Amino acid sequence: MEVYLDNSATTRCFDEAARLMYKIMCEDYGNPSSLHHKGVEAEKYLRYARETLAGLMKVNDKEILFTSGGTESDNIALIGAAMANHRRGRHLITTAIEHPAILQTMAYLENQGFEVTYLPVDGQGRISLTDLEKAIRPDTILVSIMHTNNEIGSVQPIGEAGALIKKINPGTLFHVDAVQGFGKCRIYPSRMHVDMLSVSAHKIHGPKGVGFLYLKDGAKVSPIMYGGGQQKGMRSGTENVPGIAGMAKAAELVYEHLEQDVDRMYGLRQMLIDGAEGIEQTRINGCPGREGAAHIVSLSVRGVRSEVLLHALEEKGIYVSAGSACSSNKPQASATLRAIGVDKDLLDATVRFSISVFTTEEEIQYTIQVLKETVPMLRRYTRR
Amino acid sequence: MCRAFLIKYAEIGIKGKNRYLFENALVQQIKYALKKCDGQFSVRKTDGRIYAEAEGDFDYEDAVARLQKVFGISAICPMVYVEDEGFESLGRMVVDYVGRTYPDRNRTFKVAARRARKSYPLDSMEMNAELGGLILDAYPEMRVDVHNPEIVIHVEVRDRIYVYSAVIPGPGGMPVGTGGKAMLLLSGGIDSPVAGWMIAKRGVKIDAVYFHAPPYTSERAKQKVVDLAAKVAAYAGPVYLHVINFTEIQLYIYDKCPHDELTIIMRRYMMRIAEHIARETECLGLITGESIGQVASQTMQSLMATDEVCGLPVYRPLIGFDKMDIVDISEKIGTYETSIQPYEDCCTIFVAKHPVTKPNVSVIRRHEHNLDEKIDELVRKALADDEVIVVR
Repeated sequence: MEVYLDNSATTRCFDEAARLMYKIMCEDYGNPSSLHHKGVEAEKYLRYARETLAGLMKVNDKEILFTSGGTESDNIALIGAAMANHRRGRHLITTAIEHPAILQTMAYLENQGFEVTYLPVDGQGRISLTDLEKAIRPDTILVSIMHTNNEIGSVQPIGEAGALIKKINPGTLFHVDAVQGFGKCRIYPSRMHVDMLSVSAHKIHGPKGVGFLYLKDGAKVSPIMYGGGQQKGMRSGTENVPGIAGMAKAAELVYEHLEQDVDRMYGLRQMLIDGAEGIEQTRINGCPGREGAAHIVSLSVRGVRSEVLLHALEEKGIYVSAGSACSSNKPQASATLRAIGVDKDLLDATVRFSISVFTTEEEIQYTIQVLKETVPMLRRYTRR
Repeated sequence: MCRAFLIKYAEIGIKGKNRYLFENALVQQIKYALKKCDGQFSVRKTDGRIYAEAEGDFDYEDAVARLQKVFGISAICPMVYVEDEGFESLGRMVVDYVGRTYPDRNRTFKVAARRARKSYPLDSMEMNAELGGLILDAYPEMRVDVHNPEIVIHVEVRDRIYVYSAVIPGPGGMPVGTGGKAMLLLSGGIDSPVAGWMIAKRGVKIDAVYFHAPPYTSERAKQKVVDLAAKVAAYAGPVYLHVINFTEIQLYIYDKCPHDELTIIMRRYMMRIAEHIARETECLGLITGESIGQVASQTMQSLMATDEVCGLPVYRPLIGFDKMDIVDISEKIGTYETSIQPYEDCCTIFVAKHPVTKPNVSVIRRHEHNLDEKIDELVRKALADDEVIVVR
């Protein structure tokens, strides 16, 4: 039995999205900037994608900027906002548990002379609004907070944070990395006072190498790539038409029965959590229940190295992710797990299960059963 | 411009009646190395030298890089040649050669002619003088120095006339295949590929064995070992890599033996298994990357304990090397980058915090008896499931 539980790393592409992409690559392969019919045809796909994605988030079509994925969206948001606003201020705010696409970009901006405040999180991986309130200053030009954490699935109070930021400093831009959150709940940027929001297609059953940035009309952001002036000069480069269309199709399908699917995923997640808690000396990291994301379970198993558990599960056909990229030569414990105060012994004993709409109850039951057999076996053999 | 290579060899020259065996092996190795190069070559042995001549266009850089990995070659000389159309035409060609090869002409030189075909009208001394004069006329900045020249322009008169001056160092050593075959214990670390390379350099063909311990070691760790074997194979020719699943043996030892002796007992079983495969595949010895005192299992006491279980000679070419010296070689032969990829190997997964450093052989033997019930069966099973990967 093959059980894919690494959907936070990437997801299986929807057949319908893949078929649409194949058609575009082989038949409607024109360059949307070309003046002839082939170009017009290709441009229609871009319009379809823009309208679809904008419609799902109740924003204006022209506020959708196509990119190569989550990392590029984050880079445009952070570097673009910093470059465009550095005369007004040089202070940025983010959280301690962001994805490397944010943390490494922030580190780059620090080297460029910007000052960054990293908000701490509580034991469940959530920031406090009081900390945020205290951190905002007159020279704060940007706040970037992730919607859903990729390792533990904690969800941040984006709406409240947005309202707070705009109340204290209306000039501060608010960016949200929603790579793990989009497609797991309905996100309406304008109601949450969000100016920029990053999304990646391959996390929602779309193709790899494509994503978008919601960029609020009027938000002052500079481009970071220059060239042929596509997408109103904000992101030069011929648009990835098949990828963009595939992404829109995937988003459409994900939203079709969003509430039912998410309900079902919460059920599967709870089943997995209950099953895992039946094993001695384990710990679920992040927010339990409906406050956390529907698709992520972070499990620490005392006395079992995550890489070993990962390979042992792999032998049974179950694919998961090591909660923290850690190895014998380069111990790099996860920043997120450390920030929520996970025990030092457990940092390297944490795996992440992430489910999708394709996951079945049978697969979860099988996974629980394999865990119950494998963990005691692995615990017998540890470094003494 | 280069049309052929003169290949010089070092130690083969001093061999006696077996010399032809070594030369033939070297010719074979050169042919094998150049087969993968873009271009057609004819490799032949004449007058105690080996020539590799290109038939038509070829990738010069690639050919040199490949020849530099053929053990037994001490130097590679890129040559140009002309048909003998009289001395005047030779003179023009030599002047042209010097002009093109040395754009910076403010240097000292001499001509070293050699007349293998004695019927040539000029003798070698006359050729040296005449050709030297022509070069000086063409490039007045150049100066002759017969004792310590910066450039030596060799001119050899055979059926054709060959000219060369550059000498590219080869790797030295002996042609692979002249020294039998040995089984390398390849771990994925820095040392073992270097050890294999060093023994291969003495003309020995290399096969390898890797102990895999899923799920404790990953598929990527195994891929890393295959990649390392490929780096060794670039010098030593095809490597038959035996992948042995060691998990059950390791867990059984863990269950039955004192934990601080785990590594040493494990290594004794690795040696036994490696010896078994070595004998079956006609290897004449084992090779390990051990160096005295580097880790607990490489103290003299530990080496004695692992050595005693093996009836074949165990070659440890790095035994007296410092780590830095080993790293230097691994960087030179291109294995370092691969070796430092951080995937755990089976030697480190259950290692005790304080393993024994001075094992007592009789104590180890006694504790090994704890394994009597099942170990033979487990070893037999591991050997039966041997996965052989041919790495080229």
